[in-house]
Amino acid sequence: MPLLEAREIHSGYGGMEVLHGVSVTLAAGELVTIIGPNGAGKSTLLKTMFGLLTPTQGTVSLGEEDITGAPPHRIVRHGMCYVPQVDNVFPSLTVEENLQMGAFILRGGIEARLARVYELFPVLKDRRRQRVGKMSGGERQMVAMGRALMLDPQVLLLDEPTAALAPNLVEQVFQSIQAIVGSGVGVLMVEQNARQSLAIADRGYVLVDGRNRREGSGQELLADEEIGRLFLGG
Amino acid sequence: MWERIPQLIVYGLVSGSVITLGAVGLSLTYSILRFSNFAHGDLMTSGAYLGLGFLVLFSPLLPGRFGPLSFGPALIPAVLCAMAANAALAIGIDRLVYRHLRRAKAVLLLMASVGVAFVLRNLILFSAEADPLYFSHHIQRALRIGGVRVKADQLFILGVAVLAVLFLHVLLRYTKTGKAMRAMADNPELAQVSGINTERVVAWTWAVGAALAALGGILSGIENKLVTPELGWQTLLPLFAAVILGGIGSPYGAMLGGMTIGLAEEVSTAFISTAYKPAVAFGILVLMLLVRPQGLLGRR
Repeated sequence: MPLLEAREIHSGYGGMEVLHGVSVTLAAGELVTIIGPNGAGKSTLLKTMFGLLTPTQGTVSLGEEDITGAPPHRIVRHGMCYVPQVDNVFPSLTVEENLQMGAFILRGGIEARLARVYELFPVLKDRRRQRVGKMSGGERQMVAMGRALMLDPQVLLLDEPTAALAPNLVEQVFQSIQAIVGSGVGVLMVEQNARQSLAIADRGYVLVDGRNRREGSGQELLADEEIGRLFLGG
Repeated sequence: MWERIPQLIVYGLVSGSVITLGAVGLSLTYSILRFSNFAHGDLMTSGAYLGLGFLVLFSPLLPGRFGPLSFGPALIPAVLCAMAANAALAIGIDRLVYRHLRRAKAVLLLMASVGVAFVLRNLILFSAEADPLYFSHHIQRALRIGGVRVKADQLFILGVAVLAVLFLHVLLRYTKTGKAMRAMADNPELAQVSGINTERVVAWTWAVGAALAALGGILSGIENKLVTPELGWQTLLPLFAAVILGGIGSPYGAMLGGMTIGLAEEVSTAFISTAYKPAVAFGILVLMLLVRPQGLLGRR
């Protein structure tokens, strides 16, 4: 049984349906990537799973819990955290304060969690008293993921973690994501860098026009001719 | 003319203290709730009247005066009770009015706050009448420090304002609630996504802003010996000038702006009529909006 399951999701913004029955699953400790053209509804799917949008049809379950339509502050307590694509840090707060905000719902005792995040992202430890607003895009992305990891979630949802990053930073962020998965967290991410993300993913989904188009292992999808032509540039 | 300036600086620091206490609260509610609260001045008035009420209550229990000051031990519990009561009042107003407008446009909230301002002021008029009420009839002898006359009360006011600002600094910088307030000012959506209870942070914001407003109102009552229902309305322009000068949404900017406006208003009276004091504040406000709209310490 999958840890996280979205089944036949219909969702959208203000009456305009973007997703017309999308299903995805994620097992514990798995890395799954969702690719597809712009406007396919990838981000909408993550937002719906995290309770930022309410589906008109379909269900989302996490472990034994039905979390369909639950608000984000309840979902984080069930062990799923989310990193938005943009505006995913508190720029005027320091690195450490950003991480503390990730653990806001806990009462004290977050030292061990801080240490764990610093272990994953050693560069953040050296800069923990620095304001995040002054940091580079790659470092901000680490802060954003670090904040989401402070609750020690079972599942992390990442919305385009490498968007607008320089190519060398893209590599760095993907390495961080692999390290996160290596520490036992299941990661479901939406990605524009289709080839690179499929190369590190256990499984992948291709979404087109708000519907599931294909699914398979990362290697299968990479080798697929149709997908290669459509999304991987030949 | 010039020889009066040291004396006017003393007055400026005192009125700057009062403006600062109002401005930091105005700036806090602006940065976290994202609207200009036109009722903030009237929260200073309500705080001053609450302080006076508690002072009348506590004076028979704690009679006497502190040395050269115009008040005695009764002021301490009176101030604390007034700050708490004013905080409760602000949270109550939020529940009654602003909570229903959380997702509304800022201009709607602004108009709602103008309504709240009228209601508050008229409730005060209704319950305390329009005549000024006196904090003290005690006549103080000023101390002479190098040709400048300073009343003990004025030193007290400045000291209390500095302490309050330090308190706010510690709250914002080091406490979990203060950090959550800054986080929410930065990015309310991300605060919600992080699991921060945003409604609780909003309540704390009102509580801190209204408590400081009450303190400012009471200190103004001590300096002027009296309080009128117009106190907050008359202070509103300098409050906004201070907040904009310092940078909207920056509490430290509000402190800097408050002191600058207080000093500018008082020192200007060496050169122009006292009647132009509000014009000085307004002039600084307009100039700042034209030259550096983000304020002295504001970002972007």
